[in-house]
Amino acid sequence: MNKKFRLSSVFDHLILILGSLFMLLPVYLAFTTTSYDNVTIQTEGLKFWFGDKMGENFGDAMFTPGGFTGSITGSTMLMNSMILGIGFAVGKIALSMMAAYAIVYFRFRFAMLAFWAIFTTLLLPLEVRIVPSYEVVHGLGMTNNYTGLIVPLLASATGTFFFRQFFMSVPEELQEAARIDGAGPFKFFVDVLFPLSRTMIAAIFIIMFVYGWNQYLWPTLITTDESMFTLVRGIRQVLLSVVEGGEIPQFGRAMALAIIAMIPPVAIVVFFQNMFVKGLVDSDK
Amino acid sequence: MAKLSVTNLSKTYAGGTQALKPCEFEIEDGEFVVLVGPSGCGKSTLLRMIAGLEDISTGDLRIGDRVVNDLDPADRDIAMVFQNYALYPHMTVRKNIGYGLKNRKVPADQIARKVEEAAEILNLTEYLERRPSQLSGGQRQRVAMGRAIVRDPSLFLFDEPLSNLDAKLRNQMRIEIRALQRRLGVTSVYVTHDQVEAMTMADRIFVLNGGVIEQTGTPSEIYNTPASTFVASFMGAPPMNLLSGARDRSGRLSFDGGEDLPVAPEIDHQGPLTIGIRPEDVTLDPAGVITFQAEIVEELGAQRLLHGKISGQPFSVAVNKDVEANVGTLRLGLKPAAIHLFDPETGARL
Repeated sequence: MNKKFRLSSVFDHLILILGSLFMLLPVYLAFTTTSYDNVTIQTEGLKFWFGDKMGENFGDAMFTPGGFTGSITGSTMLMNSMILGIGFAVGKIALSMMAAYAIVYFRFRFAMLAFWAIFTTLLLPLEVRIVPSYEVVHGLGMTNNYTGLIVPLLASATGTFFFRQFFMSVPEELQEAARIDGAGPFKFFVDVLFPLSRTMIAAIFIIMFVYGWNQYLWPTLITTDESMFTLVRGIRQVLLSVVEGGEIPQFGRAMALAIIAMIPPVAIVVFFQNMFVKGLVDSDK
Repeated sequence: MAKLSVTNLSKTYAGGTQALKPCEFEIEDGEFVVLVGPSGCGKSTLLRMIAGLEDISTGDLRIGDRVVNDLDPADRDIAMVFQNYALYPHMTVRKNIGYGLKNRKVPADQIARKVEEAAEILNLTEYLERRPSQLSGGQRQRVAMGRAIVRDPSLFLFDEPLSNLDAKLRNQMRIEIRALQRRLGVTSVYVTHDQVEAMTMADRIFVLNGGVIEQTGTPSEIYNTPASTFVASFMGAPPMNLLSGARDRSGRLSFDGGEDLPVAPEIDHQGPLTIGIRPEDVTLDPAGVITFQAEIVEELGAQRLLHGKISGQPFSVAVNKDVEANVGTLRLGLKPAAIHLFDPETGARL
């Protein structure tokens, strides 16, 4: 063996492995516990090995109507979550890309001020402005629909900032060459800037999708109709409503929903990993 | 093909700096004009004004018979080659070259044909499906050229197109560009800070300094009769020696700090002046008329440069490689035509 045996690298790996276990163990427990019926879970607590009710619980979670009114299934919630996640990510990207394009490529009055105004909103996250935001959305009659769920969250200082930095690194001559080639602002955006931003868009899409998917507070406020519930808030509803009903909480079902809720973000990160890293590290110019 | 004419053209930036002072000139149909000058002299500003990338502060700019002041770059019938090529990184060579045509709604089969033709001319046929990142510097430069020629514009604009290439490739591309321009006969304006490029490529050179066109002329006019000390020292390598001197009432020319200069052109000027002598215009001659203290010998291969002093003022001499030269006191011979006299105040030729 030629490789040097280094104590420090063993130590490094030990920390990494322990860290991973620490993060993964709850997921594993949720997964194994899913495979028992509610009574067993209620009486014996979390399980470290698989039981025989796995399929049943997942099937229940996805397709059996539940909730307070009994009008929602896991698959509806999954779809709602998808719509929220994708709408959120796509909307944020479209909006922040256009904002950044305006700020970087057009010399309008107060462009700098506009940028800083957008940037300052980082200091005002949703939680700070939640009451007025709700008031406005409610006043517009947008509660309990996808528009109300997505649109108020679309303004993104982070996205605008990322795209601004990226656009500023695109050589100016490219735009000049495009002007001489007869491409106006719109064509330049579509034909040159958009394809150049591909990896950047993918990276931001991942971040924003996960961010949107995990939204809890806003959907809780804006959706009262159970058919509009997203997974992340619906899980709680499954547990809660039943507890109030005096029955045994449907732990298996909730655990199954939690697992299901984890799959799309993980899948997206895994599939787009390469692009994600590429988008954040080098920008292929 | 078109003539470019400019009247009273100037550029003042919003901050108040005048990048280009009012100027007038005409560029003939098919002519290759090189704008040359140090950085910040206004040459790129002038080019970008012609391209339409900079607004015109005053004056008129005509391409052919049209005043194009307020036209968009795309409508001026020009093509431009940029210093860093400005190729679209995500498009293949074919799409890069064809993009301008596509935007002008040229039918696809015509685009394909024209792109093939341009690629043929530039030896790019086998690279048509590649991306710019897969090409060498010279090939990228040629793609940029292709993008210009495919549109068959009436005016080519070049913004220091060779300065990102290495020396050898630069020489080769210089010849290629010149040959291509001759063949296509398109009026061209070429910006460079490299006086060798200017001398070798131009039909006519415009020397700019501080926002003013100091002199226009053919390369030999610029070289042989520089209009000012600036042009004299900027054009030519090694640069012209400029020494301070004076001419007294009897017409005798002398360097400050000593020696007389017995050969002198006939001019009507008395008092102090600047004497310009090109390093390659003097000869080592034991019977020569000036004493030169050679201090350093620089070997350039084809040439040998001697650096030293005449009457205490720095002076350089360039001699052929087969002329033996050593440091020490030497005598120099020169012809009256080799002496250029300038006003010491304004720098203008006398």
